[in-house]
This record gives sequence, C-alpha cells and structure tokens, in this order.
Amino acid sequence: MNRFAELLDRLAYEPGRNNKLRLMTEYFRAAGDPERGWALAALTSALSFQHAKPGVIRALIAERTDPVLFELSYDYVGDLSETVALMWPARDTPSRENSELTLSTVITALASLGKSELPAQLARWLDRLDETGRWALLKLVTGGLRIGVSARLAKTAAAALGDKDPQEVELIWPGLRPPYIELFAWLDGRADKPASGDPAPFRPAMLAHALEDADLGALDPHDFLGEWKWDGIRVQAVTGTDADGKVLARLYSRTGEDISGGFPDLIDALRLPGVIDGELLIVRDGRVQTFNVLQQRLNRKTVNAKLLTEFPAHLRAYDLLVDGSADLRELPFAERRARLEKFIALIDEPRIDLSPLVPFSTWDELAAARRDPEAAGADADAVEGIMLKRRDAPYLPGRPKGLWWKWKRDPLIVDTVLMYAQRGHGKRSSYYSDYTFGVWTKGEDGDVLVPVGKAYFGFTDEELVKIDRFVRRNTVDRFGPVREVVHEADQGLVLEVAFEGLQRSTRHKSGLAMRFPRINRLRWDKPPGEADRLETLEHILQKIETGRSATMHGESRNVIG
Amino acid sequence: MRPEDVLLPTPAGVCCKLGGFHIDPTRPVDKAVITHGHSDHARAGNGAVLATQETLDLMRLRYGESFARSTQAIRYGETVALGGARVTLHPAGHVLGSAQIAVEANGLRIVASGDYKDIADPTCAPFELVPCDVFITEATFGLPVFRHGDPDAEIAKLLHSVVLFPERAHLVGAYSLGKAQRVIALIRKAGYDKPIYLHGAMEKITRYYESRGIDLGRIDLVRGANKAELAGTITLCPPSTLKELWSRRFPDPVTCFASGWMRVRARARQHLVELPLVISDHADWEGLTATVAATGASEIWVTHGQEDALVHWSVTRGLQARPLDIVGYGDEDEDLPDAPNPGEAS
Repeated sequence: MNRFAELLDRLAYEPGRNNKLRLMTEYFRAAGDPERGWALAALTSALSFQHAKPGVIRALIAERTDPVLFELSYDYVGDLSETVALMWPARDTPSRENSELTLSTVITALASLGKSELPAQLARWLDRLDETGRWALLKLVTGGLRIGVSARLAKTAAAALGDKDPQEVELIWPGLRPPYIELFAWLDGRADKPASGDPAPFRPAMLAHALEDADLGALDPHDFLGEWKWDGIRVQAVTGTDADGKVLARLYSRTGEDISGGFPDLIDALRLPGVIDGELLIVRDGRVQTFNVLQQRLNRKTVNAKLLTEFPAHLRAYDLLVDGSADLRELPFAERRARLEKFIALIDEPRIDLSPLVPFSTWDELAAARRDPEAAGADADAVEGIMLKRRDAPYLPGRPKGLWWKWKRDPLIVDTVLMYAQRGHGKRSSYYSDYTFGVWTKGEDGDVLVPVGKAYFGFTDEELVKIDRFVRRNTVDRFGPVREVVHEADQGLVLEVAFEGLQRSTRHKSGLAMRFPRINRLRWDKPPGEADRLETLEHILQKIETGRSATMHGESRNVIG
Repeated sequence: MRPEDVLLPTPAGVCCKLGGFHIDPTRPVDKAVITHGHSDHARAGNGAVLATQETLDLMRLRYGESFARSTQAIRYGETVALGGARVTLHPAGHVLGSAQIAVEANGLRIVASGDYKDIADPTCAPFELVPCDVFITEATFGLPVFRHGDPDAEIAKLLHSVVLFPERAHLVGAYSLGKAQRVIALIRKAGYDKPIYLHGAMEKITRYYESRGIDLGRIDLVRGANKAELAGTITLCPPSTLKELWSRRFPDPVTCFASGWMRVRARARQHLVELPLVISDHADWEGLTATVAATGASEIWVTHGQEDALVHWSVTRGLQARPLDIVGYGDEDEDLPDAPNPGEAS
C-alpha cells in the first residue's frame, strides 16, 4: 500500500506525460504480482466495490477529533479525504504491520466487505498508514483517484514495461480482468499474448481538436466534409457474434465504459454486425431533444418502461469502424462514410439514422450554416456546432492533429458584476475562485444588482491570483467561506461571462439560470455601473422561448470568435 | 497589574510602554526589539534596535549599514533593563539568531515567541522553553492538519528522485534565510557529498551561515554552470525564481519546494510544484500545542497564522486565549512563488 500511495502521490503532482509514464512503468517493474495488477485496475478505474460514502468518513473523523477543529481544517484544506488523512490521530508507535498492508489485501477485502463492516475496517487500516497512505486509501475507497492519469495513460505505461504498442494492450483489454496476471506475464516476456475473448470489444475513439477561426485560413475546404455536432453523448455501438454465432451488442461511452444496461431499447435495434461511431440522443416525433432531456436517461444501470417510452433513445451515426468482420479504420473517411450510408440503410431501424452532411464549398458557406443550423435543415436546439473531417483521414485513436476539427457555436456574452466569492475546493482551496455575479435591475431605491449565476472557471491562473487579491482587498462582509465583495456603480469588478443558453428557474432570485457559464474576460477597465441589465437576459430568453434560438447566436455579441 | 500594562498589542506590533519599545514593529518606531531576521519581523528604518548579533548581522546584510540609527546586540540568556521592564532573549530554534523575547515587569513575565520550532535544526540553537504567565505564540501552522513529520524522510524523497531522474535538474525552492541553509545541512547529513548549487540571491546569507561555523560542504553558484553540467544536480533557489525565466537554464527541472505548506496538496499544486518537501522552520500543530501547554502560561495570545484553531484549542484546555490582529506578519514565509517578496531584493 505504501508503494502504491507513493506512486499516486508523485503522479498527482507530476504534470509531464512522459514523466508520469516513467513513474508508472517504474512502479510496474518494481512491484510484484498481484500488487501491480490491482494498481493498474485502480488507475484504469476497473475496480468495482461498494464505495465508501463521504458520510462514513465524516463519522469516523468525528469520533476522533474536535468538531470545531475539523471544520476549520476542512475549510482550509478543501478536500474531505485529504483533511481526514492529515488529521487522523497518529499512533504513538508506528505499527510493525505497517509495511504489510498491501493494496491486494485492501482491494480483496473491499470486494467482500459488508456495508456495516466497512467503517471499522477502514479505521483499522487508517491506523496502520501514514499521511500519504491514508490519503491514497481514502481516494481509493471513495472511488475517485483524480490524479491526472487516464486509463489510456496507465495502459500505455504497462505496455512500455514490455516495449509493446499501447494499442496492442487496448485491443486485448476487454478480455482481461484484474489483477491482470496474464497481461503482466506477457509484458514481462514470460508468456504469450492473452487472446481477446470479447466478441464485441470497444475500439478507442477518435477525437477532434477545437477549431479557432484563424485555423480556417490554413485549411482547404475541398479537403473536408462537414457534419453537425449534436449535443448528446458520443457513443460507440458494437455488434459482434460470439463463438456460437450468437449476436451480441454493446453500447460504449467514448471512453469505453459499457453503458448497454441503461439502453435496452437501442441494444435491441443493433442486430447487424459492425461498429458505429455516433451520438446518443433522445428523439421525439422526429425532433432531437436538448441535452437536459437526455440527462434523464444517463448514468442509470437499469431503466424502467416509463422512461423507455417517454425518453426514447436514438443513435445518430457519424462513422463506421467495422462492417461485418471488415475493419474499416484504415480507410479514408469519405470511403467509410459511403459504407456507413449503406450500412444504416440496411439496418433499417427508425432508432438509428445517419447524421447528415452539411454541404459547403467555401468556409463562408459553412460559417453561415453554423450560425443558423435551422435554416440549414437541422434541429437547431440540439446542434452544438459543426464537425470538420478530412476526407482522407483514417480512424485513429486519440486526438491526432489536423484530421478532425470541432467548430462550436459562439456563446452568449454579458457583462456582469462580481458580488460574492467563495474559496475553491481541491486545487484552488486557498483561492477565492467561485464567483457569484449579478446584473442591474430596478429596485425600490434605484438600480440594484441581482445575482444571475455562478462560475468558477474560464480564467487563467494569473487572472485567478489577481481576482483573489481583489476579493481579499475589497471584502465588505463575510458569511462562512463566502465573502461579499464591493459592488457599487463606481466600485467593483466587471466580469464578462460567456454561456450557452438560458432557462427559467425558480431557484434564483433573478428567475433565470445560465447553462455552462464561465468567466470570459476580466473587465478591470469597465465601471460596474456600465454592466448589463436583467432586461438584456430577459430579451435573450424570450427569443429562445419563441423558438428563434437558432438566430440568437448570430445576434449575440461575438467576442470569442 | 494586567498583562496589557506590560505589553500592549497595537497595529504597529506589540508595544511595551514601560520599556518604551516595540517587538518586531511593522512600521518604524523609536526603539525596537527584533526576534529574527525575516523581513516581515525585521524591518529597516527603526531608531534603536536590540537583537542577537546574528539577527543584527543579517539585517545589515539585507538592508545595508544604515538599517537603524543604533544597534545593541545581546546574547541568549542575557537580560537588559529597558525603562521599567527587563528583557531577556532565549533561542527560538527558527533560524540562525532567532530569539523569543521575555519581558518582565512587576512580577509578570510575558514571552513573545516570534517564530519558533521545537525540533532539531543543525543550523541554529535549539528552542528553549521559557515558563511564563502570558505566552504570545505564532500560529503559522495552527491547524491540526499540519504535522510536519520527519525532515530526513523528505530529504530521502528528494535524493531518491535525483536517482530516478538523473538527466533532470532538481530545483529546490526554499526561503533564502534559514530554510535554504537547513535543507543543505540536511542533505549533507543524509550523506550526499556532491556540490550543491545555489541561486545568487542566496549567496550572501549562506556565506554568512558558513562564517558562523556551520559546515555546508561544497557550494557552487549556478551562474558559473552550463546546462549539461546541471543534470542530476540539486540547486537551492528562492521560491519566486522557480517560475521565472531563470529556471530555464536547467535541463527539464523537477520543481521542488521545501515548506510546511507543502503538507496541503492544493497549495503545492497551485504553484506547480512536482516534488513537495514538507520541511518547516515553524512548529507544527503538535509543536504549538505542546509548547503552549508546557510554558505553564494561563493566558495565550495568538498571532500571525491560523489563530482561530489555536485559540479554540487553548480555550478547551481551560486557558484564556485571544487572537492578536496584527497585520503584516507571515509575508516572507507565505512567499509562495508568485507573491512579491521585498526581503529577496538583496
């Protein structure tokens, strides 16, 4: 456990990809079986056990520390697991068992432990570990390592142990189970490569780079095909046949997580062997619903009949990776697209359709379609932007440069005034990094600010330092971790906020809620009195409600470009 | 007599009217008694300054000869009468020359700790416990999450990393006065005998430490070394330089930072530290609470840092306790890489 904890500790701080790989490969080399296999499982989130709820951990620390000291500490540290790891009362003499607590012991115990036994067992383990060990254990049992290592990177580090291409590991991965004894035997050069036993495995997804307007000048429109970027979730639908010839279908998220259980309606429709890359959507009466609607169906292990009827799942196909048993990934996109069109026609299922191409011959034409998807024939509410794909691009895992671009629609922009700031959590726990901002409206005695949203990203680290300083120097009142910041017509900080949409909301005094708000720019230059008014937002909302949302993007001030 | 008649907290620092002096004043005063040489405690521009010889020397190094109108050096344990008060300096174990200041008048003894730590440090005199009626304690690390642990284990972590990444340079950010020299001494104690490199801004103070008989082994300035030479080496530098252009002269540097703040991950990550080393010149939570209890003081004044928790703890132990709101302390030691640091100008 100590060695694994040290690895996590070092990984959490190391920003460099290659150095992270080095640290992991070094660990895989030094740690034996099954310890390293469990570590790989933890790093790839392949473990399944009942995670400890924060309440369990809070209760354990409450039994052992003064509640006031705990609250002060938690407020300072900003992370429950870390606070507990640091505050946990030290044993007078470190137990001799310390070095014997292995990751394998912990994980095997967790898998079989009853819910009621967990707290006491956890406490015994915490007693045996040091600060770093306790931190790692708590991260593990609460189910979120969050150390900046993707499953892909961990597999790459394992592959490096045997000088293998990470893709080889990726392809056999679905057939492997923790603690990966056969995998490491192969990587050590002691055994043959494990066979991929899965008839419907996930293929690593190809991802796009964000397009800036300036990029277009360097690209030739004739090299590209355009298609809508739908606001659903990217999925991979795989239909294979097992050794007995039985058809087996699975739906994967873009990271390879098997989400079939939540979508039996779609799984039933996947009968033709092949692999489709597409977008999961909810379609009612031929209209694609917004992401908010789709959320009703997400993150469910099972689904009831009512949900199936009210929120019918739909697959909109972008690409075809495998047709029958033929792997098409080496083919150029234009050829795959032609195969896809035939394949979708052959499936002949209302739930599965083709994402149409957006025809264009100049960038101006494409920009016009992006500004007004409805006029170009799409369900504008559900379009996030446009995808550009090189006609000759093979399907490559990861985010290769220059082949696929995503060109999102312009956000909406308003100037708001900073009203309250709260210290962040995690990485930002000593900074005031969560901001509540408001716009002007008529009050009883003249104009007042009314809060319209909260944002905690969009700014750079340097800007964060400056806002933090501003907050500390301009605090007018404090409410626990929240500071009220000066916000008068002639004193205060104007935040330019970008957002993707607006909804009515009863939770906010303003009656509005923004979708995906973020700080777009700091307007140190602008007096707060000149910030926007609530009427501006009302106006935008009315346009959305009258179904003219397609044009609102075009009419908003385009600052981001 | 009330304690406030002996020492009165004022916005300019703690003031002794009977003796006509301030302790570690944050703005210029006629007469100052200084606990130690860090720039947030030892400022230039006072009239008469009383401190240990080392503290006076360090102030001279940083601010030049004219940092005060007159100076008086006293030894640890020596008592001087100032007006109606008697002042004695006792080792604080914080940095070279650091002192706690005991002020006695009318049978009441108040000890102002300045900054202190109660664990061994090869570069300064060990902390001395001074029984008193009122103890003015610092609280830089006054939260139970701060347990500094074993500094030798942190140095082992650094040396292990040097072995694991032999082609990279290890840059250790450390405060110029005290921490840097202590880290070097700890590295030497662990048996590392290759040259250790130093940022030019730390040279004067480090040479001063050596002149006071502290052996730091072979120390070279980074200035004279080329990039290739710096692979696999350890360099000490002021924290503020970790992110500056200066650090680009090193091959793929591993950014390390030796500070008690490194115990909290968010603090380390905010400053892009890759290898945090929990090494502090301040007492940790256990050290603060143990010291507060051991002084036998019935009244505790808590200054600079996390006052609330230590005040709360003292009250639960049946002590009278209150925070002193003196603005201006903790700036130098809070100097994480992007904060301005006036003391580093020298």
